[in-house]
Amino acid sequence: MNAGHGATNVAVLLIELGAILFALGLLGRLARRVRIPVIPLYLLGGLAFGQGGVLELSASEEFVRIAADIGVILLLVMLGLEYSASELRASLRTQAPIGVLDGLLNAVPGVLIALIAGWGGVAAVALGGITWVSSSGVIAKMLGDSGRLANHETPTILGVLVIEDVAMALYLPLLTALLAGGGAGKVVLAVVIAVAAVGSVIVVATRFGRHVTQLVAAQDNESLLLGVLGLTLLVAGLAERLHVSAAVGAFLVGIAVSGSVAETAAEVLAPLRDVFAAVFFVAFGLSTNPHTLPAVLPLALLLAALTAGTKMVTGYLAARRAGVRRRGRWRAAVTLVPRGEFSVVVAALAVSAGAETKLGPTAACYVLITILLGAAAYRWPDHLQPEQTATP
Amino acid sequence: MSVDITSRVLPGIGVCHELALHEGRHIGIVIRRTGQRDFVVYDEEGDGAAAGVTLTADEAIAVAEVLAAPRVVFPSPVEGLIVEQLPVPADSPFARRSLGDTHARTRTGASIVAVLRQGTALPSPTPEFVLHANDLVVTVGTRAAIDQVARILDGSAE
Repeated sequence: MNAGHGATNVAVLLIELGAILFALGLLGRLARRVRIPVIPLYLLGGLAFGQGGVLELSASEEFVRIAADIGVILLLVMLGLEYSASELRASLRTQAPIGVLDGLLNAVPGVLIALIAGWGGVAAVALGGITWVSSSGVIAKMLGDSGRLANHETPTILGVLVIEDVAMALYLPLLTALLAGGGAGKVVLAVVIAVAAVGSVIVVATRFGRHVTQLVAAQDNESLLLGVLGLTLLVAGLAERLHVSAAVGAFLVGIAVSGSVAETAAEVLAPLRDVFAAVFFVAFGLSTNPHTLPAVLPLALLLAALTAGTKMVTGYLAARRAGVRRRGRWRAAVTLVPRGEFSVVVAALAVSAGAETKLGPTAACYVLITILLGAAAYRWPDHLQPEQTATP
Repeated sequence: MSVDITSRVLPGIGVCHELALHEGRHIGIVIRRTGQRDFVVYDEEGDGAAAGVTLTADEAIAVAEVLAAPRVVFPSPVEGLIVEQLPVPADSPFARRSLGDTHARTRTGASIVAVLRQGTALPSPTPEFVLHANDLVVTVGTRAAIDQVARILDGSAE
């Protein structure tokens, strides 16, 4: 490759990358204006670029792919940083039955539909994961922006999200091993490693969180940023090597770092996460050919309708169990409908490992529909009559 | 005077405190990890917020200071001077004694311009004016002078 060619390549890379990020900025403003979460627009943006879209990328494809991988890792480490180990333990203790119900009600429809569609066992496990987990990012943002944080159903909603995130830390290694095509032995080994890793990190973080935290603690934000980012990538890479999934490694680092260091780390990592996570959603859109969408739309609609229903049952029952009255139960029900980052992470994993090709476009449609459905239904419980039995 | 407060952890977000008010309604205050506070009033059903606002950390501190202020403060048109209503506590050494006995003006430089008693303003009290418990003494002066008068009235001045 001569110097001239290299320079053109860099120019094209910068132009494409700049165009993508600038377009994402505009989409973010649009989302705020029309009051919907930004993830659907990022996905649509990705669909518009890329193969089969209005504009095909060339030079930046490789960079976007790597940036997307880093985006997943940053999404997960931030999730871990936001929860303290004691919050995880408390949620696991109080919400465990709801977590089991949530998994059964929402993962099973995905698995069954994939099996009926003849996609095979591995794709069925992937689709189960896609329909299972609600979007922590979308839901936490909606709750914060709508003044519902103080509501009685909110701790229950957040508890369900926490349980799902922990369940993912066990599910992702299982899926990774299945996708890698190992025999039953390898799959069991990956799950055992994951269970041991998650369990020990929760214990280590509550007992010795200080020591882990001291690894990255620094007086200045710059060193802290580099330390946390470095440790996260390092552990994520090792986890990937052990076939436990890089995402899970990043999540565990986030949980292990605790206290005020975690708060500062979350603060300094947030802008990086915003950039790379946006690129991740775009990259998923990019890898999906928009011409494949119409064919999977009926299936995605069916999946969305079915699992919006099952998710509402989960939310309703979880809130009722917490002693919340009728309107609050319905609020919990509709709030949990949106699926998001985890569904896309699972689909991206499955697609890149060469599982059923329809998984990608189906997941893209499915996430879009559930988010729009959730956003549309969000205010509906406010119109319900309050329950007559007034509390003393 | 204990207030019934229930606290809930909001994983990933912060803590919510719910206060049961004596008049029956509940209010909630969410302290987010970001420093923002949400202040809500619950609806009649009690599970959800009927209305609420989100405060920045600075706004929250300002609200807290205003709420926690023991006395009513009026802005004064004169720079550096303020007007305050100071209570005469039930156990004040000057309850049932004359205003002149306090020597408030000579000791602090602040002026007592009126006394509020059961909603009625009694303007320009003379030194012979007898203070009652639960009177509000309208005082004009500098911050330091007014604080000193308050200490005289509640008996904590030396």
